Amino acid sequence: MTNQTAPLPVLPLANKPRFAGLSHWRRHLVAYLFILPYALFMLAFGLGPGLYALLISFADFSTGKVRYFAAGFGNYLAVFKEFRFSFTFVNIGEFLLISVPLGIAMVVILAMLLQMRPGRLSTALRTLYFVSGAVTGPVLVLVVIFMLDPSISPFQGLLKGMGFQLTNDVIYAGSLPIIFTLMGFFAGAGMWIAIQYGALEAIPTEVLEAATIDGANAWQKILFIKFPLIRPYVIYQFILIFAGNVQLFVEPQILGGGNNLGVGGNVPTVWSPNQLAYNFAFEMGNFGAASALSLILLAIGLGAAYLIIRWTGFFNIEK
Amino acid sequence: MSKNDTVHPHSHPVPLERFWMNTVGDQGILGFCLRWGVLLLFAAYFFVPLLWLVLATSKSAPQLLELNPLAFGSFQRIQEAWQRIIEYQNGEVLTWAFNSIRYVVLGLALSLASCIPAGYILAIARFPGRHLILWLTLITMLLPPSALVLPMFMELNLVHLVNTQWAVILPAAFFPFGTYLTYIYYASSLPPELLDAARVDGCSEVQLFWHIALPLATPLLGLLAFINFNTNWNNFFGPYVLLNDDKLFNLPVGIQQFVAATSALRPGFNPSPGIMVGYQQAEAALFGLIMVVPVAIVFLIAQRYVIGGAFTGSVKG
Repeated sequence: MTNQTAPLPVLPLANKPRFAGLSHWRRHLVAYLFILPYALFMLAFGLGPGLYALLISFADFSTGKVRYFAAGFGNYLAVFKEFRFSFTFVNIGEFLLISVPLGIAMVVILAMLLQMRPGRLSTALRTLYFVSGAVTGPVLVLVVIFMLDPSISPFQGLLKGMGFQLTNDVIYAGSLPIIFTLMGFFAGAGMWIAIQYGALEAIPTEVLEAATIDGANAWQKILFIKFPLIRPYVIYQFILIFAGNVQLFVEPQILGGGNNLGVGGNVPTVWSPNQLAYNFAFEMGNFGAASALSLILLAIGLGAAYLIIRWTGFFNIEK
Repeated sequence: MSKNDTVHPHSHPVPLERFWMNTVGDQGILGFCLRWGVLLLFAAYFFVPLLWLVLATSKSAPQLLELNPLAFGSFQRIQEAWQRIIEYQNGEVLTWAFNSIRYVVLGLALSLASCIPAGYILAIARFPGRHLILWLTLITMLLPPSALVLPMFMELNLVHLVNTQWAVILPAAFFPFGTYLTYIYYASSLPPELLDAARVDGCSEVQLFWHIALPLATPLLGLLAFINFNTNWNNFFGPYVLLNDDKLFNLPVGIQQFVAATSALRPGFNPSPGIMVGYQQAEAALFGLIMVVPVAIVFLIAQRYVIGGAFTGSVKG
């Protein structure tokens, strides 16, 4: 089913030399010169930090001086023994459980609804959804604080109807996974809707016409034809959203305690695992444990991506 | 490409029936209502906060409480808010805005200069190590930038680049997604015969790239610039960790510091010691808009590139 998605590019076959007329070594030299700047940046800012973190995660910082390989697995143990470890992982687990399936389902549904009958109004709505993606990071936190304050929010009718009187009634430890989901969806959904919309547009007209002639209505076409055909893009979205959400930092960090935003008392200073890593490094001075935790988070994101790729046979560049 | 997927086998001459087919068609009346209900509900979800943010800049703290949340205050209040922001710490906001622009422009230039030649050569040439680079690109592409911030701090600390502008600019230059998109773009849209013909005419490899490949990549450049701009303009975690001199901050870290150091979000409360008073929500909202408006403009321009399928081509099923 997945191989039917239409305009996916035909990739050049491997091992087919194209530099006719140039000697072997010169061809390779030219290629390496083209790739050099990128390879250097990759080494310095992609692989370098990862490898250095690996080195540091086995180093000991307790004496104030770095002693490489002195800690063994001590830093990893310190992370697991940390009293906030399970707290932060339960938090992020709840957040992932809510935000990933809900985010993907709503994006796919909205893209389908927009695209099933294209027109000026649906284009306008798509643009509207898309532009809210301009609000992210600290500004998004600001907007959310305003939106969830029953005394000034444009949604105050809804909030008061649900029995909320103060911001602190709305923003509390238990509601954070839902609030972060709403924030992530607000900032990110428009972009994904546009991508899925593009994928839906690329479905060949003949396929849909054939279904129409066979008597399928608009809803049957969505369920039995369009959805199976955009499945690769849904998987792609899953991988990126999962890996990104595991790393949640900015929202809880700005919303959290000590920031004078009026909600600090209700939001734990350290809520997500990435905040715990930050805390290890800059509050406790234990860069070894910070590195170990960063690597654990990295492994979770990459591991999930790998499983999905293996499971779905997705992303196989050049068979 | 289907622009209209509602092809009906029979056309109806009666106007009312034609109207029915054009609006409701094969969705059914219930489906029609459900579809518009959901779409408009989410329109409110995405749009009302933006509208509120714009209107909030025109209202004083008491007006925010008393007036309708979507009412307009006065232009004078907007001007006042602007004045307060500009005067904050002797114009530090302008320094932050200038930093933001500098970081984004330099990061964009370096990333495009490195990822376009790389993606091009990966697409057209075969050389030892090519598969390794492609796989590492795929893997690093899936890594969220925030995953590397703490390790990056330690690495940059080692070479004494922490708390300099390069700590923000250089990491932004590594753009694996850009390399991957460029690779896919050239692999699928640059006919090898075109390059061979130019080689026969005596073009060098650099000339080929400069005179043939690069001009073909204009639509790609738009998409890459959009993604890169968007990521780096909003970059918070990196600068937050890697910079501690507030003269080096970009706008996202700046706004965080602004709301934390002033009474902007809680004008009615007794301030804690050290908090600067006299600031209201309008100032915070206007500061937010200063950050959001450039991105919103870029978003409006870039939307067609995203829909246009450059992304779609990047995912191989």
